[in-house]
Amino acid sequence: MVEMDYAVVLFYSTQGAIKAERVLMRAGLAVKLIPTPRQFSSSCGTALRCAWTDIDAVCAALQAGSVEYESVHKMTVRP
Amino acid sequence: MIYLDNAATTWPKPHGVAEAVLSYMQHVGASPGRASHQLAVEASRIVYDTREALAQLFGVADPLRIVLTANATEALNLVLFGYLNPGDHVVTSSMEHNAVMRPLRHLESLGVELTVVPCSPEGTLDPRDVEKAIRPNTALIVINHASNVVGTILAVAEVGALARRHELLLLVDSAQTAGAYPVNMSEMQIDLLAFTGHKGLFGPQGTGGLCLGERVDISRLRPLKRGGTGSHSEFEEQPDFLPDKYESGTENGAGIAGLGAGVRIVLERGVENIRSYEEMLTARLLAGLLDIPAVRVYGTLNARRQTAVVSFNVDGMEPSDVGLRLDEEYAVMCRVGLHCAPAAHRTIGTYPRGTVRFSLSYLNTAAQVDAALEAVRDIATRK
Repeated sequence: MVEMDYAVVLFYSTQGAIKAERVLMRAGLAVKLIPTPRQFSSSCGTALRCAWTDIDAVCAALQAGSVEYESVHKMTVRP
Repeated sequence: MIYLDNAATTWPKPHGVAEAVLSYMQHVGASPGRASHQLAVEASRIVYDTREALAQLFGVADPLRIVLTANATEALNLVLFGYLNPGDHVVTSSMEHNAVMRPLRHLESLGVELTVVPCSPEGTLDPRDVEKAIRPNTALIVINHASNVVGTILAVAEVGALARRHELLLLVDSAQTAGAYPVNMSEMQIDLLAFTGHKGLFGPQGTGGLCLGERVDISRLRPLKRGGTGSHSEFEEQPDFLPDKYESGTENGAGIAGLGAGVRIVLERGVENIRSYEEMLTARLLAGLLDIPAVRVYGTLNARRQTAVVSFNVDGMEPSDVGLRLDEEYAVMCRVGLHCAPAAHRTIGTYPRGTVRFSLSYLNTAAQVDAALEAVRDIATRK
């Protein structure tokens, strides 16, 4: 298994994370809601993960959809 | 059984609502917004879906500017106690439900000034009278969209326009209109829209909410309750973002699932279609009641100017006696008395006697209306 680079988007509230998931799915992007990884302190316990290579498209879609997010982090998952 | 008490709560609910509640309880059931496991996330999605449907219905751009509450009363309390301070002045109408009047009277005892603008005996409000009541310290105008006693629809858009001109906020109680009559926040210039889930939106009891317009500065609106929100958990201060600031404690997830189903049914059917059907049925009911000599009907007597709520009395009979006989002898269910709106009854001239109130939903039929009319005619002639 190869190590994967992910982008993790953090939110202020769970409803904000759900709104983001909805906007991004409608934009055709592959995203997954995950428990916020412990290394990222966040207001909200649910974060959104996507491939790091998708991050620009994701941020653009979130802006276009008026979705507020707290921050974006890179996360590498090693096997 | 002929259920004519839809102004109190709609019954039955259309197919799909109870199923959504049961499905949530059986297959989802987790606490929305608390954990991040798949059931909790699914619960959160269902809650968000309901917000989205409400946003579409009311013309709200951001679903997160909709706060979900236990009912319209809670939404109204949130604004009245959260926004007003001693020394502020509030303008309201003389047709309001106690959900508005009781908080206002209590706030009056705490130093908030109150003007109750008189409405006509038909229940109509002249926006010019509202404008004349405005003072330098007026902070808020609060009115119902339609009366729960006589159904009279108030000129909300005109009041919204004058609230804008005077840089005030307008709070609208849409308990009797949401779902049954067009309500659009931006078109009507409504700043704060309190709604209930269990009437025209066909959701379960225990649901409702408040839509916050763009002009509302939430830093000036105190929450009604503080507590856990599933967010900002490292802090012991209430979050200052929406909707969490005003949603503490575990929400009624199963109820909200049912509300979402109800709102989607209304959207699919179309509010305009629901309105024209109810208007037609109301006209039939009004015409039938007016045709019975011993019956006195209140309000505008014009189905176009009111919702499907009709108050009447039978000469020489107490409303309670009429209601009891309707229920026991004809299985026609309705509400008699003062309907939690003594102000409205004073305005239309039926205080303290009260009235008999028939209220329809789009699930009632012409046959049911005809049967109820026959029952009233029987009671009125045989007394």
